[in-house]
Amino acid sequence: MRPEDILVPTPSGVCCKPGGFHIDPTRPVKKALITHGHSDHARAGNGAVLATQETLDIMRLRYGDNFAGTTQAVSYGETVKLDGATVSFHPAGHVLGSAQIRVECGGLRVVASGDYKDVADPTCASFELIPCDVFITEATFGLPVFRHHDAEGETAKLLRSIELFPERAHLVGAYSLGKAQRVMAMLRAAGHDRPIYIHGAMETITRYYESRAINLGQVELVRGANKAELGGHIIVCPPTAMSDLWSRRFPEPVTAFASGWMRVRARARQHGVTLPLVISDHADWDGLTSTISATGASEIWVTHGQEDALVYWCQTKGLKARPLDIVGYGDEDDAGAQAEAEA
Amino acid sequence: MNRFAELLDRLAYEPGRNAKLRLITDYLRGTPDPERGWALAALTGALGFKHAKAGMIRGLIAERTDPALFALSYDYVGDLSETVALMWPADPTQKSKSAPTLSDVVQTLSTLGKAQLPAQIARWLDGLDETGRWALLKLVTGALRIGVSARLAKTAVASLGNRESDEIEILWPGLTPPYLDLFAWLEGRANKPSTRDPAPFRPPMLAHAAEEPDLTALTAADYLAEWKWDGIRVQAVAGYDEHGELVARLYSRTGEEISRTFPDLLAALRLPCAIDGELLIMRETRVQSFNVLQQRLNRKSVTAKLMAEFPAHLRAYDLLAEGEEDLRDRPFSDRREQLQALITRLNDPRIDISPLVPFKTWNDLTAARADPSSAGAGADAEAVEGVMVKRRDAAYVPGRPKGSWWKWKRDPMVIDAVLMYAQRGHGKRSSYYSDYTFGVWSKGENGEELVPVGKAYFGFTDEELIQIDRFVRRNTVDRFGPVREVVHEPKSGLVLEVAFEALQRSTRHKSGIAMRFPRISRLRWDKPPAEADRLETLENMLTQREHATMPANGGGNV
Repeated sequence: MRPEDILVPTPSGVCCKPGGFHIDPTRPVKKALITHGHSDHARAGNGAVLATQETLDIMRLRYGDNFAGTTQAVSYGETVKLDGATVSFHPAGHVLGSAQIRVECGGLRVVASGDYKDVADPTCASFELIPCDVFITEATFGLPVFRHHDAEGETAKLLRSIELFPERAHLVGAYSLGKAQRVMAMLRAAGHDRPIYIHGAMETITRYYESRAINLGQVELVRGANKAELGGHIIVCPPTAMSDLWSRRFPEPVTAFASGWMRVRARARQHGVTLPLVISDHADWDGLTSTISATGASEIWVTHGQEDALVYWCQTKGLKARPLDIVGYGDEDDAGAQAEAEA
Repeated sequence: MNRFAELLDRLAYEPGRNAKLRLITDYLRGTPDPERGWALAALTGALGFKHAKAGMIRGLIAERTDPALFALSYDYVGDLSETVALMWPADPTQKSKSAPTLSDVVQTLSTLGKAQLPAQIARWLDGLDETGRWALLKLVTGALRIGVSARLAKTAVASLGNRESDEIEILWPGLTPPYLDLFAWLEGRANKPSTRDPAPFRPPMLAHAAEEPDLTALTAADYLAEWKWDGIRVQAVAGYDEHGELVARLYSRTGEEISRTFPDLLAALRLPCAIDGELLIMRETRVQSFNVLQQRLNRKSVTAKLMAEFPAHLRAYDLLAEGEEDLRDRPFSDRREQLQALITRLNDPRIDISPLVPFKTWNDLTAARADPSSAGAGADAEAVEGVMVKRRDAAYVPGRPKGSWWKWKRDPMVIDAVLMYAQRGHGKRSSYYSDYTFGVWSKGENGEELVPVGKAYFGFTDEELIQIDRFVRRNTVDRFGPVREVVHEPKSGLVLEVAFEALQRSTRHKSGIAMRFPRISRLRWDKPPAEADRLETLENMLTQREHATMPANGGGNV
């Protein structure tokens, strides 16, 4: 059996014919397996949805109770038989509930990793390496200039800035699902014990994280506070809010942005950021290449991001590699702003 | 080096002056000698080592990375130092242990032979992290562009000892990196370092911008007026060193030494003195426009041909010192008399005194400002930017003291243009669309179309900014990254009255014309875009100006 007999890239996402399902479809399908809750991967309107409990919960919070015909929660490591294929979900380390999906059919093992990162994150299960024959990897940061370094150094930078500018509000742009909660948890780990304020758009997801026993300390809604009095405080908000009318009432805001894109100066400047924080929920170049090698896969499919460099690298290592041209990941909404924010 | 790199990193993103000051002061306070001294030298441009070439840096990375991956990366990042800093394959286990100090780097660079340079830089890069490598590469290639002036760095160091930056400025020419004596004095551990500089820079006195009502409240008889020339404000200083040799220097308004750019003028400074004046280009006794001066400034090497074609001239406003005598506490009228006497003794065609504008009442001065050519400026009127009004009894006080000097600029040229694109500003304005590209009508391939003629990001009030911002948000027709295209049709769009000081030809602009100092002077909500100005209007303004400044044309005033 060839890998293409198990999984076929189609314009609506990766399709598994023998199993009768799609993974992260970009258009409604009969049966969908969803890797994680970010809106470019998890969309409403599918017939049946299989995902981790957390991903299902997140989809319900975002799209309402009728986001799918039927749902089935799958635990990490649990094996599910779908027609001619056997599938299982494994931690991807990207956000709460995120999973890689392993598909086995006729002795051939394919892993669709979704989005993943191979570094510690206090708000989700750690990435698990799954040996396979074909590995489908993302390539958001698939260029050797993306080296994320340790995220703790970045939160320390933020805390130093608060010491130096105690009268200024520190706005931290972070994607509502995952990044925002990770930044808050990291700040707590670094000993920051003042209340952290959040933008209303991330309230539901943040409260959900807290309900899953993730301790974020005292988190207040900025809506209920007097913005002018938030000097020396951290306010976490969606990146788009930072440059919007909303940010105007804070005292001399320092604008920080927690994202892997902040590694490149031109990107940081384009966002008008004064304090770029290189904190990414995607694997960096070293993470991507070491993971690819470690899976033992002899064939690599590369999706969304900087495919060229990663495909080239695989080939120099004697691996069969090809880009998958699936439209729809990382380029929905506001000219990519959201996709960048998720990074 | 890591701490210095972190400082550079923050400074490069921070738009606010006060925030920058705070970052630098915090660094200087928390960093030991001599490290901080070398950092201060780097920020003030006082480091003297020979810079590494980009080709060498390329060579280093080529030995260590795959050429195809480097090409893709460089293409994405767009900056060589940054690409190399990020791609450098460092061994994470040996970091921090072998990170060089800034002192190591600076001292090694000043003694190292060219042949050993690549290996040394590679060793340093191995020991640094991404930001450290970026800072090191910027430093060794001499491309440390982080938006900090020497003046700002001096202000920061002054605040360590609660001193004024002017005090540092006076000491500065006598100091050398790493400035141990300076820090010791500022921290109360030693006496003030002595300055033995024969030709020091003295911080300049600046004027407040005046409007007519500001002046009419004053007594005309207490003031003198002179032309404000459109050149570069400079300080020309000469003095005897310990061997009795006369040392002459030319400084910009911010204290940067520009002697090497104007050797022709320096030769004329044959007496010990400190003159505050305007640097101009003079051809056959006619002052040339700023555009002409700009052409000389744009050339890298100062050749005999350039100096002959663009002869530098000093038009003196004030005398700060003569011989050993400091005149700054004396009244302006006295200083001016002494300046006149000095210039007579110098007797050099390259240096003259800026003439007084005679006036009895403010109305006289209003008339002179409106028509400088008939008020004494004659054929040079084109180079007059306005009038300076100075209190007769005012001492020369560094900075911008209240009530002593006023600058009253001529009315600018204005056109009505149409807003085409808007971009968000920086710092406090980061949430507002405050940078505007505007255009005027022209006949194009597809009929009437707007061509961009300039960009402006100030001139409007806070209230107007909110109105334009709202207009931009509601009338966006397209987006290009951070730039919004705003509706600009004959019947819908926003007309901006744009004021500017001068026009010049430019090959960098699609319209072929560049504006000097453009700003938004009024919002014309009442005017439909179809009635905005045309490109021909600007071209006419430009040709008239060009005729006016050509000697053969015999002069006249536009």
